Amino acid sequence: MSPRLALCAIVLLAVAAGVAGLAPAQNGPDHPHWQGHGIKPPDRTFPLPEIVSGYWFRTKETQAIQDDDFNNPGFFAVEQGEQLWSKPDGAAGKSCASCHQDAAASMKGVGAAMPKWSDALHKPVNLEQQINLCRGERMQAAPWKFGAAELTAMTTFVRFQSRGLPVSPRVDGPMASWFEKGKQLYYTRNGQLDLACASCHERNYGRNLRADFLSQGQSNGFPVYRLRDQRLVPLYERMEGCIFDVRGIPYAPLSDEFLALELYVAWRGTGLPVETPAVRN
Amino acid sequence: MAEAKPRIRLDKKEVRKGETVDVKTLVSHIMETGLRKDASGKLIPRMIINTFTCELNGKFVFGCDLESAVSANPFFEFKFKPTESGVLKFTWIDDEGVRIEATETITVT
Repeated sequence: MSPRLALCAIVLLAVAAGVAGLAPAQNGPDHPHWQGHGIKPPDRTFPLPEIVSGYWFRTKETQAIQDDDFNNPGFFAVEQGEQLWSKPDGAAGKSCASCHQDAAASMKGVGAAMPKWSDALHKPVNLEQQINLCRGERMQAAPWKFGAAELTAMTTFVRFQSRGLPVSPRVDGPMASWFEKGKQLYYTRNGQLDLACASCHERNYGRNLRADFLSQGQSNGFPVYRLRDQRLVPLYERMEGCIFDVRGIPYAPLSDEFLALELYVAWRGTGLPVETPAVRN
Repeated sequence: MAEAKPRIRLDKKEVRKGETVDVKTLVSHIMETGLRKDASGKLIPRMIINTFTCELNGKFVFGCDLESAVSANPFFEFKFKPTESGVLKFTWIDDEGVRIEATETITVT
């Protein structure tokens, strides 16, 4: 290629890039069509015009894995949780089933309302913490470490009992201050990239962030089976991932910050059906 | 999660001769590629299911070798025309020689 021709090519490329840059952000034909699948927010002050599950922001192929419980590898964790449910552990010789009997009845709706206020601890607890509290107090067993397969499996199993029920955390009464704290964290810019949760999940959902198609960051499907990790991922690990991606320093798992954020994010998905175990990319 | 049972689903368990059966299988396995390193920089040894076979009354129906690019919890779907009633036996063998087995009966009329 002659130098002149090469220059022409560069100019042409620059023009093409400029045109592409000017074009408004649009959903390409290969993008998921999330529009029209949302539910109405409870009132006008709600931060989102419609509440859309992360399911609708994923490709048809990913949705298909979740649609059929047989194909959904998340159910291996549900099965594991079911086995652990009736397996005695700890000094008291008890299992979850010793107190709670049939999970299908006793745990129905529990996962949809988490995190919940605990009078004993004077703070909210989420599902993982509640499981470990039960293990410590009633079973006298060692708590499972956050991220351990057993804890994630049990969390998945308990939350699965609420599948299809609307997400409905309480944010009034003593939860109000935690709700405010979570809200503040949600809108606080973080990390070297200086992005808040809201920067992506409120202002830019339905658009591409480089190769990633942004969802509203709803938590209704957690713990989710992530195709990327090829295993179940609890909510805090996903949030850690987000903070890591904006080059921030993640809060500790099960810390007060994450707890407040979990509460606030759950509230943002008020009314969405619990999808645990959902499948995401 | 090695204790999870493999899942088998046939679209129909009773078939007429000449009809096609659709078989889906999903097995729980970590499928460690052997290319990843742990926190201390050491290679995590490969640990994958390397062979999958399906036999009807001991006769080979479907099978394949798996390589390290296959994701965790391998899923297979295949179709075949059963010629006789009997027991479908599914076998997955991993790098440590552990055999995961499952069976399913099928009736041909």
